[in-house]
Amino acid sequence: MIDLIAQLINITLVFSSALIFAAMGGIFSERAGIIALSLEGYMIGGAFLAAVAAHVYEQLGWGASSAYLAFFTAMIAGMLLALIHALATVTYGADQVVSGVVINFLAAGLSVFLVKVIYQGAGQTPTLKTAVFSKWSIPYLSDLPLIGPGFFRMYPTTYLALFTVALTAWILWRTPFGLRLRSLGEHPAAAASLGISVRRYRYIGVITSGALAALGGATITLTTTGNFSHATIAGQGFIALAAMIFGQWNPHWVLLAALFFGMATGLKNIIQLYPWARDIPTEWIYMLPYVLTLIVLSSAISRARPPKALGEAYDLSRRT
Amino acid sequence: MRLWDRFLHSFISPGLWVPFGSIVLGFLVGAIIMAFGGFNPFVAYAALMQKAFGSPYNIGEMLREMTPLLLTGLSVAFAFRAGLLNIGTAGQMVMGSLGAALVGVLVPLPPIVHAIVALFVGVLFGALWGSLVGYLKAYRGVNEVIAAIMLNWVALYFANYVIRTAILDPQQKQRSLYVASSARINADFLSALFQNARLSYGFLLALLMVYVFWFLLYRTRLGFELRAVGAGAEAAQYAGIRIGRQVIVTMFLSGAFSGLAGAIEVLGVYGYMTISTVHASYGFDGIAVALLGGATALGTLFSAFLFAVLSYGAAGMQFAADVPLEVSRVVMAAILFFVAASALVRSLYTVTLGRMRRGSLESEVNRS
Repeated sequence: MIDLIAQLINITLVFSSALIFAAMGGIFSERAGIIALSLEGYMIGGAFLAAVAAHVYEQLGWGASSAYLAFFTAMIAGMLLALIHALATVTYGADQVVSGVVINFLAAGLSVFLVKVIYQGAGQTPTLKTAVFSKWSIPYLSDLPLIGPGFFRMYPTTYLALFTVALTAWILWRTPFGLRLRSLGEHPAAAASLGISVRRYRYIGVITSGALAALGGATITLTTTGNFSHATIAGQGFIALAAMIFGQWNPHWVLLAALFFGMATGLKNIIQLYPWARDIPTEWIYMLPYVLTLIVLSSAISRARPPKALGEAYDLSRRT
Repeated sequence: MRLWDRFLHSFISPGLWVPFGSIVLGFLVGAIIMAFGGFNPFVAYAALMQKAFGSPYNIGEMLREMTPLLLTGLSVAFAFRAGLLNIGTAGQMVMGSLGAALVGVLVPLPPIVHAIVALFVGVLFGALWGSLVGYLKAYRGVNEVIAAIMLNWVALYFANYVIRTAILDPQQKQRSLYVASSARINADFLSALFQNARLSYGFLLALLMVYVFWFLLYRTRLGFELRAVGAGAEAAQYAGIRIGRQVIVTMFLSGAFSGLAGAIEVLGVYGYMTISTVHASYGFDGIAVALLGGATALGTLFSAFLFAVLSYGAAGMQFAADVPLEVSRVVMAAILFFVAASALVRSLYTVTLGRMRRGSLESEVNRS
C-alpha cells in the first residue's frame, strides 16, 4: 500500500510538471489581460523544438547535457508563437480568442510540416536515446520510506516546475514589475494614466507565457514520450488552461489544480496495473479534469473571478 | 442594373478588402514557408488545384469535405451574430455523430423513416450539447469559450465510452458497427454524377441550411431578437428581450448545425463512428470559415468552398509535389490571422493602395 501511494505521488508529479509550467505561463498572460487560449500551441511548439534540438545535440555527441540544452532551446519556439499572438492582440487589437485559435492551428500545422521536412517525410521525430532526462535521486532523502520514492526521485524538470511556481508568485506579487503587469489585467487605462506602457508590459506577459508553456511541452518530450508527433500534446494545453482557471489565476492554487489534474492522468496509468480497478472505464477518468472544472466554475461557491479587463483590447485613443 | 451597381460597390467597399487581402496574404505565407522548406510553391499550389478540381471524382470528394466545413461554419456564424463565440462545434459534432450512430445501429426502422429519425436525433444531440454551453453561460456565469472547450473533451470521451460499450464492432475494436442500410443517406444520382464520390443527400441538406440560416436570421422574430442581442445586449434587454433564454436558444440552434454535420459524417460518408483520441479539425475550421465569411450566409458558403479546396487539395500537394499536407493548415491559420488582425491588413492596404483612393479612404475615416 505504501508502495502504491509513493508510486502515485511520483507519477502525479511527473504528469503535473508540464501542466505547472504551462499554467504558470497562462497566469503571466491572463494577469496582463491577454487570454491564454494559445497555451496548447506554445506547448506543441516547445515539444517540437525540444525533440529536434535534443536530436541535433545528441548527434553532436553532447550526451546527457543535450537534454538540458534542448529543454531551454525549446523556449524559443513558444516565444516566437507568443510574439505572433501579442502582435495580433496587443498591436492590432485582434480578437484574443480567435488569435489563440490561430496560434494553436499554426503550431499544430507548422510543427508537423517541419518534422516532415527535416526527417524526410517521417511523421515523428526519431526517438531520443541519451538526450532525455533521467530521474535524480536526492542523496539520503530518497532513502526515506514513502517520502523518498514519492518526492525525491524525480526528473529535474519537476523540481524546476515547483521552483517556477515560487518564482511566479514572487515576481507577480512582490515586485513593482508584477504589480504593473497585474494592473493591466484589471484596468489598463488606469495603469496607462500612471505612465505604464500597456503595450510593452503586455508583450512581456504574453512572451513569458509562451516561454513557460514551451518548457511544459519540452518536459513532455524529454521525460515522457522521447519524441514528437502530432499526438504528443493532444489537449494538455487546454488542461493547463483549465488548471489556471480552476486555481483562479493564483500560482499556489493553480499548483494544486495542476497537481490534481496530473493525478487524474497518473491514476489512469497506475490503475490499469491493478485488477480491482479494471472495471472503472478509462473514459470517465479522462473526463474528470474537464467535468470538475465545469462543476467548480458553475457552482455558486466558486469565486472564480477572472482579471477584470481580460480579453479587452486596449485602445490608446479611447483612454477609458 | 442595380445588381451591377452592387457588384461594383462590393469591390470598392472596404468590407471585402479584408477577406480578399487575407486570402492573398495567407497563400503568400504558405508560399514563403514552402520555399523555406525547399519546395516550389507554384508546383505545390498547382498540385493542390489539380487534386481539388482534376476530375469529377475529386470535385465530388472536395464537395464532401466542404459539407462539414459549411455546417460548422454556419454553426459558428449563427452564434457569432448573437455575439457569442461557439468554439464547441467539435463537441457538438461528436454528439451529432453519436446520436445518428446510435439510432442507425440500434433502432430498427423502415428505410427513409430510419434515416430521417437518425438525422433528427443527431441534430438534437448536437443542439442539446450546444444549449448546455448556453445554459452554463446564461445562468451559471461560465465563460462560453471555457465551457465549450471543456465540453468538447467531455463529448469526445463520452462518445468513446458509449461506442465502446454499446455499439462496438467486435472485429474492429476501434469503431462502431455499421449503421443499418435503411439509415444511410447516400444519394446514388449524386455519386454517379461525380464518379462514385461519397456525396450524399447531406451535401444538399448543407446547401439548404445556407438558406435556413438566412431565413432564421432575417425572416423570423427569433432572428431579429438574436441580431438585436448581438448588436447590443443591454439595449436588447431594455427592449424586453430575455437575454438568458436568448443565449440558450441561440446555442441550441448553433449546436443543431454542428450536430447535423456530425450526423452526415456517419450516415452519409463513413457509415460508422470511430473511437478517436483527438477531435477532427472541423470544429476549429468552422471558426475560420465563419470569420472569413463575415458570419453571413453567402460569405460562409464561399469560405467553406475555399477551405474545402485547401484541405482536400492538400493531399494532392503531398502526393504530387512531396509537400507535407500540413502546409494547408498553415495557410488556413495565416488567412484567419489576417482576418482577425484586420487592422494589419487595412494598414498594409492603406500603404499600398491608399494613395490611389485617398478620396474614398477619407470618407471611410469620416464614417467611423
